[in-house]
Amino acid sequence: MLAYLIRRLLYAVPILIGVNLITFALFFVVNTPDDMARMQLGVKRVTPEAIERWKAERGYDKPLFINPAATGSAVFTDTIFFAKSARMFAADFGRAEDGRDIAREIVSRMGPSLAIALPTFILGLLVTVSFALLLTFFRASYLDFWGVVLCVAMMSISGLFYIIGGQYLVSKIWRLVPISGYGGGLDAWKFLILPVLIGVLSGIGSSTRWYRTIFLEEIAKDYVRTARAKGLAEAAVLFRHVLQNALIPILTGVVVVIPLLFMGSLLTESFFGIPGLGSYTIDAINAQDFAVVRAMVFIGSVLYIVGLILTDLSYTLVDPRIRFH
Amino acid sequence: MPFFRFTFLVSLLLLLTACGSEQNDPYPRAERGQNILYSAFTERPKHLDPVQSYTEDEITFTAQIYEPPLQYHYLKRPYTLIPLTSDAVPTPRYYDDRGRELPATAPAEAIAHSVYEIRLRPGIRYQPHPAFASDAAGQPLYRNLDREQLRGIEKIADFRATASRELVADDYIYEIKRLAHPRLHSPIFGMMAERIVGLRELGAALQTEAKRLPADAWIDLDRFALSGVTRVDRHTYRITLRGKYPQFVYWLAMPFFAPVPREVDRFYHQPGMAAKNLTLDWYPVGTGPFMLTQNNPNSRMVLERNPNFHGETYPCLGDPEDQADGLLADCGKTLPFIDQAVFSREKESIPYWNKFLQGYYDASGISSDSFDQAVRLGVGGDVQLSDEMRGKGIRLLTSVRASIFYMGFNMLDPVVGSLAEAQTKLRQALSIAIDQEEFISIFMNGRGIAAHGPLPPGIFGYVEGEAGINPVVYDWVDGQVRRKPLEVAKKLLTEAGWPNGRQASTGEPLVLNLDTTGGGMGDKSRLDWLTRQFAKLDIQLVVRSTDFNRFQEKVRKGAVQLYYLGWNADYPDPENFLFLLASREGKVAKGGENASNYANPAFDQLFERMKNLESEGPRGVERLAIIRQAVALLQHDAPWIYGFHPTSYTLSHVWLKNRKPTEVGHNTLKYQRIDVAERQRLRQEWNRPVLWPLAAIAVLLLAMLLPAALGYRRRERSTARG
Amino acid sequence: MAPVVLWSDALIWLLVLAASVLGWLSRRNPLLRAAWQRVGRNRAGMASATVLLVFVCIGLLDSLHYRPRLEEGAGRGAGSSNEKTAVYSVEVLSLLDFLLTPLRTRTEKTYSEPLATRAHAKESIKVRDADGQLRQSREYPRLKHGGAHLGADEAGRDADVAARLLRALGLAMLVWSALAAATAALLARRQNCSHRQAWRRIWHKESDLACNAVLATIAVLLLCGLPLAMLATDYHVFGTDKVGQDVLYQVLKSVRTALVIGLVTTLVMLPVAIFLGVVAGYFRGWVDDLIQYLYTTLSSIPGVLLIAAAVLMMQVLIDTHPQWFATAAERADLRLLALCFILGVTSWTGLCRLLRGETLKLRELEYIQAAQAFGVSDLRIIARHILPNLMHIVIIALVMDFSSLVLAEAVLSYVGIGVDPTMISFGTMINNARLELAREPMVWWSLAAAFVFMFTLVLAANLLADAVRDAFDPRLTGSA
Repeated sequence: MLAYLIRRLLYAVPILIGVNLITFALFFVVNTPDDMARMQLGVKRVTPEAIERWKAERGYDKPLFINPAATGSAVFTDTIFFAKSARMFAADFGRAEDGRDIAREIVSRMGPSLAIALPTFILGLLVTVSFALLLTFFRASYLDFWGVVLCVAMMSISGLFYIIGGQYLVSKIWRLVPISGYGGGLDAWKFLILPVLIGVLSGIGSSTRWYRTIFLEEIAKDYVRTARAKGLAEAAVLFRHVLQNALIPILTGVVVVIPLLFMGSLLTESFFGIPGLGSYTIDAINAQDFAVVRAMVFIGSVLYIVGLILTDLSYTLVDPRIRFH
Repeated sequence: MPFFRFTFLVSLLLLLTACGSEQNDPYPRAERGQNILYSAFTERPKHLDPVQSYTEDEITFTAQIYEPPLQYHYLKRPYTLIPLTSDAVPTPRYYDDRGRELPATAPAEAIAHSVYEIRLRPGIRYQPHPAFASDAAGQPLYRNLDREQLRGIEKIADFRATASRELVADDYIYEIKRLAHPRLHSPIFGMMAERIVGLRELGAALQTEAKRLPADAWIDLDRFALSGVTRVDRHTYRITLRGKYPQFVYWLAMPFFAPVPREVDRFYHQPGMAAKNLTLDWYPVGTGPFMLTQNNPNSRMVLERNPNFHGETYPCLGDPEDQADGLLADCGKTLPFIDQAVFSREKESIPYWNKFLQGYYDASGISSDSFDQAVRLGVGGDVQLSDEMRGKGIRLLTSVRASIFYMGFNMLDPVVGSLAEAQTKLRQALSIAIDQEEFISIFMNGRGIAAHGPLPPGIFGYVEGEAGINPVVYDWVDGQVRRKPLEVAKKLLTEAGWPNGRQASTGEPLVLNLDTTGGGMGDKSRLDWLTRQFAKLDIQLVVRSTDFNRFQEKVRKGAVQLYYLGWNADYPDPENFLFLLASREGKVAKGGENASNYANPAFDQLFERMKNLESEGPRGVERLAIIRQAVALLQHDAPWIYGFHPTSYTLSHVWLKNRKPTEVGHNTLKYQRIDVAERQRLRQEWNRPVLWPLAAIAVLLLAMLLPAALGYRRRERSTARG
Repeated sequence: MAPVVLWSDALIWLLVLAASVLGWLSRRNPLLRAAWQRVGRNRAGMASATVLLVFVCIGLLDSLHYRPRLEEGAGRGAGSSNEKTAVYSVEVLSLLDFLLTPLRTRTEKTYSEPLATRAHAKESIKVRDADGQLRQSREYPRLKHGGAHLGADEAGRDADVAARLLRALGLAMLVWSALAAATAALLARRQNCSHRQAWRRIWHKESDLACNAVLATIAVLLLCGLPLAMLATDYHVFGTDKVGQDVLYQVLKSVRTALVIGLVTTLVMLPVAIFLGVVAGYFRGWVDDLIQYLYTTLSSIPGVLLIAAAVLMMQVLIDTHPQWFATAAERADLRLLALCFILGVTSWTGLCRLLRGETLKLRELEYIQAAQAFGVSDLRIIARHILPNLMHIVIIALVMDFSSLVLAEAVLSYVGIGVDPTMISFGTMINNARLELAREPMVWWSLAAAFVFMFTLVLAANLLADAVRDAFDPRLTGSA
């Protein structure tokens, strides 16, 4: 098992290098270092010398991937790519183009992102699983039918409408919670309640349907019939057997998402003015701050890979027959 | 069942929320009733270091903290410079190339140097700051800190000891040297290096020094000489400029020329500080009325009153109407009035606007789309607030901004460029066809005035009434301006060789390309509108909207035909607008600011003469005449389609006093006063929550659960039986 | 006029062709045929298929482009020698634009409410008084086109609207009865029974095809569509937007964008996903490692960032090669395609993973092992045994992805990395309409119209996807 873990972690290294290569290639096709310099130095009264100085100071005056002027291994190491990405493997993300420390920024923004994402995730899971169980319980009745119709209708509404509508009604017309903003500590909940509720609501449709399918698959299995034949009440069958067994596919599907919760939600955060990692990313894209984009992509990829490993591990917990070698 | 438990919990939580008023208060409860001004910022400030900050988002903060030698009078219009930390507005002394002093009336060519002497008022003190703190031996307390000592220190408030000291001339000199600092990238370095004697040499010396030292090391600027800036005594310094540059005093009112103490610079350059964001860029240090105590540019920035502020008083003189507006009521009282200003980040305009309406921002700029709610045009065209807003006591302040939006022609383009008659007529025809008044009314909701030339109102050289109209585009009818009819444009187009939008010789249709960025003209409705304007002349418009960098690059290379841009004045002088069309600023040739690449020797000559004259005094008349000649030339040549000068409308609540819109001075926070009790009362009145929807939702949820519960019982019974 | 074939047009028609071929193939394959018959019996599925068909027709009409010829006589006086060579506008129109010419060209100055005769906002109008004085008054200006046929009789609008609605209702009933009768007659001939029996079979769920659902849907569509058409000739049924364009026109134009995003994206990614998935699963070894590496790397980059970077990159490419495009429509079209392609790149990994897993399972099956042992070539095994058994996964993925892609477009356009701003799409409509909610009185109609159309489209797609999945998924057939 340990050997397997180590192997997976080693396997992550080439993936991360690949991710970095793609990010670099994409970003530098779009943005020459000149563009970045101009973006940072502003529009008014920028001289070519100022741009050259900026590039030299930030280390953007080298070639991108291959340095023909250098000798030996320096052909590859004395480049922007090597200089900028090698350090990331040591979790040193450097400074944003405006001079601020990225790692520090990420740490300070993680809190708000998690404050939104975690409750949304947990509440959403609870609500959708309960709802799906309910529908399974009433399967093939009119309740089930209309429930599914409701789900399909809910998942056919664009997430934008949930946010726009929710903000308009709850905050503007009913004046129940602040329209946007974020406060630390105990004050946070009044800012969080609306985005969390909207997040849960917009996720109900698709997740419920998915869980319902899983439950229905489970309920068709023989052991359920046996349990029922024993004379167990339907509710008991559902809870004791179906839910327990179905939790396994549900959890394995969900595990990969958990690490990514750190990344926050782009839309919710920018609509509600929450200073999380999602809005950080959007800002960085808009400001063409490559250092930040690079760091976020790197972290996103690491988290994704962690999620994959966790998923694999959860498989072994679920099904002891699966062995890794 | 978790589902039931969940709904129960949520309803409970919502009910709890609903108790009492102001549940939607975005601020901590403890702040209620305090003398705090609430405002918002949209873009996070990138730099708070005075040598770097240049944009409006940044100057909103830096102007309250830093004090350059001069400032603009808060009430007087046109904008007038008055001393801030100096004892007078300096008048330059002129010298020829042999060092002989010349009279003020000397011709500009004869002047080799101008010298500005600035004398500071004594007794001005800095805000309390750890960099000034010293130990018993008089040595700086926080010097040569190692990483161990920095542990546990996350923000500037974590340094326990603070102190202050008096402002001296050396601090100003230090900041001017910082303009040349190779690691700070001051946006005005290139420009000032041409003016201030010795600045370019200092830049070169510092560059070599910076290469020698490690990346984060401190460079002691005192070891380097700057020949053009000299210290006369403890409170006096002199700046020597090349040639004559009457606009220099305006720069002396900007944070670029604010003081930066050497020990503060040194303090922030200790190893390990930058990684904790302990930099001058993050925590500015100044003598101004406020100091930045909380800096979280992602959500909240807090300015607090500087206890050492040098006790300025509210002005007693203003414009005639200021008395009636109650702007002189606080005459002679000590500034500042408020204890704290809280700036919250609002990226989206709708929350911003709604929070203002709920009373959680004391003043708000208004976006075009919320505008009709706020403002309607009254009889006679003056702007009024809607009844709802007037009922709330909201006031509207308008002022035309010192900026212009225009659609430029690339004068190097063979179809629309050049000063030849045909192309000029084509440009004139387009200038008539694009109905700026309609644009302003649709897209700006009337927040702007159509431009007749490059100069906005309030700038020396702008003329109102019939004499000021653009005779190429407008007529003066019945005592009012009127855009020339479309027939005139069509006739001009025919004369230009494009009858009905077809080339006279080949029948080829006229297709023009407009380059723009997504934010500017890029959004769809504007493009549709613009296409229609060109279609009026049967000209086909192709809009190429790109991202900002690409757009800039195209402009730089002259690869555009038409483009859309705007310009915000740095200082209220016509030179700052007309230089945008001077040929020595040509974008393609010189990399300057003249994006149209307009080059007309006649205009250049007028511009050079105008530049070296003062607006005040005996030569003002001469200057005005030259400016009007130059503007007439520009109107005829039409290198731009003069778009509009935007008006800024600020809405402010009844409890916010002493607010007068200003476009160039930014250190206005100190004049603001708040009636806290009134604010508290009105906020409570406006923010009673609506509770019935909660009950309705609860009922609805129950109604949905009822059939489920019934069905559950039925099914349980049936399975039990079966 | 000169026909213009945009890239997306070509792909859309290619898609239509591919769908027909697929349909023909499935007729021969008994398994697929049975599955499609199961879809045909699903009432919700058939009802939504009918709705989708209407959308697809709108989209197809909007995918035949041309450049109108500029009227001659413009170059009057000069250039008579060249009069023969036709000159075409830079504006690219589609057949739909042509059909909707009145909607497209009758623009107002700015906002107007649905069915309004006057503008939404007051405007100051200068009126010359009797004494020759100019006076400024502020009122709601009359619309140029909305209800213009009423003349001064604005009060007669309600009556006019009601009359049109009644006429539309009558027409709808007439058309529907004719259609229903024709269906019954057709069924009667097919099944050799009387019309009455056929009619009974339709409505008592006894026919193979869910005819009743289709007929009912058609009834609803007629009841909605005809009144719209009747009113749209003289009113702005859904109002006008900020620059006075008819919202109904915009909504109809958005349909094509949504369809292109939803369908072409899948088309772009499908060959790659199938090829790589099958190859990885079948050959295993280093090929598998390589392909797994590729898709893990791609899918581990956060989607939005990848899309943002790629869209910006395409933008640069487009900007640096203006000579590629004769018209703005071609630019917008290429950007749309680029978006499809990028969305495809970010979404093929999921399908690829699925196909790889399934192929891994399939190749262990005895008959394939046997075929390998007999020395049947790999290509043949893949083509004959593996691919047909993967078809259901592909079809399910295709229909399932459609709705999520349409929704994604809206979000991306909102963030500013979606379609070209000149292209009408649901995303750009929502983005523009969002700010209008803050106006007072509120401008709700653009958002509402975009919402209703988008909701209908996505709902129909989701329901059809369900029906298709139920019919094709071997795991689900039998259970539930």
